[in-house]
Order: sequence, then C-alpha cells, then structure tokens
Amino acid sequence: MPLLEVTELSKKFGGVHALTMVNLQVEKGEVHALIGPNGAGKTTLFNCISGFYRPERGSAVFKGRDITRTAPHKIPRLGIARTFQNLELFRNATVLDNIMLGRYMHKRASFFSEALFLSKAKNQEVEARRRVEEVIDFLDLQPYRDRVIAQLPFGTQKCVELARALALDPELILLDEPAAGLNSEETRDLCFWIEDIKEDLEITVLLVEHNMRVVNEVADRVTALDFGAVIAHGTPEEVQQHPDVIQAYLGEDDGAAASA
Amino acid sequence: MKFKLKKSYMEDLKLFEYKSDMVGYGVLLVFLFIFPSWAGNYWTYNLTLAGIYCIAALGLNILTGYTGMISLGHAAFFAIGAYTVGYMTTILGHSFWIALPLAGFAAAFVGLSLVLPALRLSGIYLAIVTMGFGFIIDQVILEWPEVTGGANGLLINRPTLGPLSLNSDASYYYVVLVMVILFVLLTKNIVRTSMGRAFVAVRDSEVAAQSMGIPLAKVKTQAFTISGFYAGIAGGLFAPLINFIGPDNFTIIESINLIVMIIVGGLASIHGSIFGAIFITLLSEFIRVGKDALPAFLSQQVGFQGAVYGLIIMLFILFEPMGIYGRYLKIKYLFQVFPLYRKDTFRRERKFQKAQRTR
Ligand SMILES: Nc1ncnc2c1ncn2[C@@H]1O[C@H](COP(=O)(O)OP(=O)(O)O)[C@@H](O)[C@H]1O
Ligand SMILES: [Mg+2]
Repeated sequence: MPLLEVTELSKKFGGVHALTMVNLQVEKGEVHALIGPNGAGKTTLFNCISGFYRPERGSAVFKGRDITRTAPHKIPRLGIARTFQNLELFRNATVLDNIMLGRYMHKRASFFSEALFLSKAKNQEVEARRRVEEVIDFLDLQPYRDRVIAQLPFGTQKCVELARALALDPELILLDEPAAGLNSEETRDLCFWIEDIKEDLEITVLLVEHNMRVVNEVADRVTALDFGAVIAHGTPEEVQQHPDVIQAYLGEDDGAAASA
Repeated sequence: MKFKLKKSYMEDLKLFEYKSDMVGYGVLLVFLFIFPSWAGNYWTYNLTLAGIYCIAALGLNILTGYTGMISLGHAAFFAIGAYTVGYMTTILGHSFWIALPLAGFAAAFVGLSLVLPALRLSGIYLAIVTMGFGFIIDQVILEWPEVTGGANGLLINRPTLGPLSLNSDASYYYVVLVMVILFVLLTKNIVRTSMGRAFVAVRDSEVAAQSMGIPLAKVKTQAFTISGFYAGIAGGLFAPLINFIGPDNFTIIESINLIVMIIVGGLASIHGSIFGAIFITLLSEFIRVGKDALPAFLSQQVGFQGAVYGLIIMLFILFEPMGIYGRYLKIKYLFQVFPLYRKDTFRRERKFQKAQRTR
C-alpha cells in the first residue's frame, strides 16, 4: 500500500479545472517529484492534500486513512508537513520561535501548567528546544537563531520554513518549489538535505520542482501534470523523454515547430 | 557589551537573563514597596490607577499585540469586572475577595460571545464589531439598574482583609501592586511557552499556523477569554479604588485609552504594556491638571484629550513604531556599547518585498 494515494481527484475554481481526475501514488521512503508548467495545478494538489482546499471529487488516502475532508490543522498531526511556494513564515518572530512552533502539536502540558510554568511545562519547553536544536544543526541555522525572519535573506527564510516543517517530525513532507529563488550554492545544499531527509530522517518527500537538475539528482520517481491532468509518471528519465511532457514544456508552437 | 555563555536550554527560559536584571528588578520592587511612604496620597492613588491599567493593558496586548485581533470594546470587559464587584459587594454584601475572581471569570465568559465574530472577521471589521459590543454593554449598564444602579451608579467601599482595613490609598496600593506582579508573571509564562507562540503564529500567518497543527478557533478563543479575564480583574480592582462607578467610566474613550496605552508603550511586549499604562495614566492626569493653564478656546474644546492622544499616537507611529519599549531598548543598548554606538545602528534593514517573491 502506498504511503499516500490520491485517486481521481478533481478541483474546479469557477470555470477553471485546476485538477481533473488526478491519480498519484507516493511510496514510503521515496522522493517523489511533481513537475509541470506554471498553472498546471501542482500547488492546488498540495492544498487538497493538506486540507486547505476541498476537492469536488476523488480522495487522498494517507496510511490507509481518508484525509480528503480533514481540517488543515489536523493534517500535521497525522504526519504530513508542508512548505509553501510563497513562504508562509511568522515574519515578526525569531527563527527559533518559528521552528519551536513546529513542536506545538507535540505539546502535552495543560493551560494551567503553562500559565504557572510548572515543571511539566518547563520540561516540555526544554524537550522541544532540544529537538529544535537538532533541526537547527541539521540545516546549519545556528547563526540565525535569534534573528527576526523579516530581516533574513530569502534563501535563509526558505531554509527556516523547511526547518519548521521538519520540526513537526512528519512521515511525509510536501515541499512546494523548495529551490525557487535559491542561488546555485543554496540549491546544492538543498539537494543534499533532501537526500539526508530521505536517508537519515526516513521521511518520505513529495516535492514540486521546476529545476530539472534538482529533479534528476534527488527524485526517485516523477509525476508530470499539465492543465490539471497527469500526463506522465515514472523515473526521471522516462518522464523527461515522454513526448507529452516535452510538448507541455516546449509549448504548442515550439512543439509543432520541433516536429515539423 | 554583555555576553553570556549559555550552558542549558533552561537559561533561555529564565525570568531574568542576567544577574544585573535581577538586581535591577529588585531595586524597582523596593522602590515600589516604599513608594507610598514618601510620595503622598495623590501620587500613590495615581500609581494605583496606573497599576490597574497595567493589568488591562497586558490583557489587551495579549489579544491585540500578540494575537493580532483589535478590540475597541475593551472598556466593556473592564465594566463587567467593575460591576461584578460592585454588585457582589455593595448589593449582595459578599466579600471583595470572592467577587474579584468572579469579575475576571464573568468578563472572560462574556468575552466568549466575541469569539464567533472574531473567527470570521479581522482588522478593521473586528474593531467595529468590538466597538459595537462596547456600546451594547454601555446600554445594558443603563437599562439594568437592579444590578448596575443604572445612571445613578454604584457606591463601592474599599475591601478589608481579615481584621485589616484597606481603606487608605496606601493599603489599597499594595493590593494592586501584588496583583500587577502576579499578572506580569502570568503574562510572562504565557508568552514564553507554546501558548504565547501560538498567539504570535495566528497573528503572523493563519495559513502557516494551521499547517503547524494550531487550531485557529481554539487559539483565538483562548486569546479573547484570557484578555477578557485580565480586563475583568482590572475593572474589579478599579471599582473600589474610585469608590463610585457609573456608565461614564466605561465609554469608548476608555477603550481607546487602552489601545493607546499598548501602541504607545509597545505592541506585543510586557514592558510596553506597563510603560504605556503608566505613561497614559500620568498623561491624562497632566492634561486634566494642565488644561487650566491653557487658553480657554483650547482647554474648553470638546475632545481635547482625544486630540492629544491622536497626536501622540501619530508621533509614535511615525518616529517610534516600537513604542516606549523600543526607545527604552535603544537607550539601554546605547549604554551597553558606549562609545561604539553609531547613528544608524538601528536603521531598519531592507525588507523583502512580497512582490519580489518568485511565484
Ligand atoms: N484559490 C484559487 N482561486 C482561483 N483559482 C485558483 C486558485 N488556486 C489556483 N487557482 C488556479 O488553478 C490553476 C492551477 O494553479 P496552481 O495549482 O497554483 O498551479 P501551479 O502550482 O502548478 O503553478 C491556475 O489556473 C490557477 O489560476
Ligand atoms: Mg505552484
């Protein structure tokens, strides 16, 4: 059984068919890339999986459990973390507080324990901090701990968002264009991290990526979307050689020119 | 420069980061403790009033500064607290010490009624709804004389503590002082644990907050009830201080007063709430006293106080958006790094524009 199985998922916005009958299987332990031109519906698919959008039909099943109509704040508790294409950080909080918020759902202390700062709340804070420091070490964020997000360069902000998602200790992580806007050095780091997330942290990765070099380097399997429909899936090589994918990426005119 | 080698995660959670902070707060505490003995009744009374506003401002800051929900009806919670104490002590004859916690809970409970709009509205729309809520409570006070005394108001005596009478301004000052300290500690605990971080998360990005597993409804409810509780307790302490409460004490001006306190003091800051409460309380006292020195066409003008507040808010937003607390931090820093401080030490770094983000 796949870790995440999306079946015949359809989502419309007015007249726009953002997703039509999308099928997707993400196996445990793999890095699965979702590719496709802008407006293909990749982000919409992420939003459907993470509960922000309600699809009109179809289902998303995670670990045998239907999550299609689950509220967004319950999704991380089931083991799915995500990042956002346009960065959704707590901009006026420090890096540390941002990542500490990744531990929110693991909290056990009651309201009164926290209000009175009893030992349970204290231990919980220290425990959360210990885990957060592991993530900070993993992503080399040590120099930024006490910096406010709004003051950080874009690449570092993206890194904090990844860190925050990892702090949730998910089983599946959804990364929406993690390399967009990064310079080549940051992109290389990202590739290593994704490898480590898969190998060392044993977290399954589903990512949207435009950069084919990144896809070739990290992805085990690729699914290509165009106009809301799956046009190809398989290994990175297979998908890139698929005529429909070439067509979608080159565009109608160029494709016609190429075949002529 | 102070630098501290931290050896355990607990050190970041301490109340006082440096030994010198502890000494500083110790001195402040001693100062506050001996204050009534040399300052006289007038100043003691005013500082007591400022202390009461500190509690309300802390609560409003949790709601507005930390959670990002504006309330322009906070005087209503304050009123509920004050009238709960008034009704329980003057009309029913119960002890103040039972009435005071109930004042907090009553206000918190009524605060629940604002949760529903708060879940659907934000920003200016929520401000309007809470303002409307303030007007409704104003009307309720007028139309329910069995409990509130209506337009005639209620007389409330200072409480006793066992055989001790707390009738003098100095003795009541100590009651408020203890309460302020308790509420500052409570607020500190809220903001240094996951609860406070969740408030900030909801303020900065509801989408990201949800993707961290934070239930928006629950967190907003918490913020409103906690904030209402603070204002209720503050109101409950206010009634016996001024001895007489009527509908005039809890108008929209009072709500604006509280908002001004936290904006001027510093949003999302404990220090800011306290600085702001003290500053505005003393300022309105100065305005009241100093008005007579001004030419009549100015001092007799309706809304004179409101205009002064407006001017102050504008100046703060223009020149010191972080409030008095921000200024305080800068001055403190100046002393720490002297003589290395440069003029543009605090020049804001260029922000990443939303339009620059790649789609
Ligand atoms: N909230 C929304 N309201 C209306 N249309 C939307 C919304 N979200 C996405 N769409 C539309 O759905 C299509 C797919 O968008 P998206 O999933 O963001 O594409 P991608 O991430 O692959 O670039 C686009 O045509 C977009 O305009
Ligand atoms: Mg997208």
